[in-house]
Amino acid sequence: MIPLQAAIIGLVAAGALAVVVTRDLVRLTMASSLYALLLVVLFLVFQAPDVALSELVVGAVGFPLVIVVAVVLERGR
Amino acid sequence: MSYLPYALAVWIFAVGLYGVVRSRNLIHLVVCLTVAQSSTYVLLLSIGYVNRGTAPIFADVPKGTRAVDPVVQALTLTDVVVSVTVAALLLALAIQAQRHADTTDPDELAEMHG
Amino acid sequence: MSRGVRSGLFLVSAAGLTALLLWAVAGLPDFGHYRGPYGKVLNSVAVGERHTTNVVAAVVFDYRGVDTMGEEFILFASVMGVALLLRNPHRERRQVPARIQSDAVRLAGIGFAAGLLVLGLYVVAHGYLTPGGGFQGGVVLASAFVLVYLAGDYHAYRSLSPTPAIDVVGATGAGGYTVVGIVSLLLGSAFLHNFGPLGTTGKLASGGSIPFLNVASALEVSAAFVLLFSEFLDELVVRPEARSQ
Repeated sequence: MIPLQAAIIGLVAAGALAVVVTRDLVRLTMASSLYALLLVVLFLVFQAPDVALSELVVGAVGFPLVIVVAVVLERGR
Repeated sequence: MSYLPYALAVWIFAVGLYGVVRSRNLIHLVVCLTVAQSSTYVLLLSIGYVNRGTAPIFADVPKGTRAVDPVVQALTLTDVVVSVTVAALLLALAIQAQRHADTTDPDELAEMHG
Repeated sequence: MSRGVRSGLFLVSAAGLTALLLWAVAGLPDFGHYRGPYGKVLNSVAVGERHTTNVVAAVVFDYRGVDTMGEEFILFASVMGVALLLRNPHRERRQVPARIQSDAVRLAGIGFAAGLLVLGLYVVAHGYLTPGGGFQGGVVLASAFVLVYLAGDYHAYRSLSPTPAIDVVGATGAGGYTVVGIVSLLLGSAFLHNFGPLGTTGKLASGGSIPFLNVASALEVSAAFVLLFSEFLDELVVRPEARSQ
């Protein structure tokens, strides 16, 4: 296993913990997007460009948009 | 050292489950569920990895080059896109819960009325 | 059961589950020493059999095409569930959010939306030659539509994506995938078996029925995501009747 893979594995582990521990919803949206970005790098390092592309578009566009709308709706009532 | 990616998958799963159990907000719960689901992607991809292998795309490398397993990548890539839609369904349920019960705390939503 | 008791019980059982899972993954082959035959077989025969250079796309749309059909219908069903939950016929119109005033944002948004549209079409079209495909490209196409809302105003977004048209496009994608499979049945081979001329490796005209399945899944995924965003964005704009249901 090359050192790059070990470094990214450590970052992903820390990122998962960071997402779970964050309570404030706006910060949670940001943290989950950053975690998705770390996963993209992990998938690239594991030689899976198709999966990395899927995770990139979903984690940058699909998921944060849905969460932001849910957060706004929850606050507005 | 060679079991590190598998241990990462187990760690992410445990951390995601911990978030689901200790969550105080339905939206936070859905995000932690997504984190737990990402552990399966990591496990699948690390099973298919071949040492010094390249991506299974032969557009510019000769056909015989050592490449990683394409089957697990195929399983994972459709799963990634579909999981966000299922998370959106769960968030729509959370929005409905907020509308009818005026709270998003899972502990207060425990009883069913009516 | 109080929260503290629940947390304590969870920690104990999670420790047991983690130990069991770690023992289980220790029995897997070492990381990097992939043993199974299917990956190696597919890597050596897929390019010759299907004339596509992206073996993952060949697996998704040809060798494991039935799995992809199942995933597409999961997507379709969950978007239908969101539409059922959030689409409410009795609504009063609230004030529509004001359009973005800054000209720089509007210009940049329109420029990027056009670029995203072309990029999405490229990713879909070359899905079986280079990394990409219907799923990735479909989400990129949907995000081009959302960018119109983010950088413009709600009415522009709504006129670009009317719900009946999006419904029809999504249904065409999901149904088209099944129809291609049935055509393969009518031609005498198995459901979703590859048919048609295989073409030359590395050109767009290759892969038999893979391009059709690619386009069908791109239509379905992009329509599903646009519908999802529309349902969620409608919630911000229109307020349902209070507490009557």
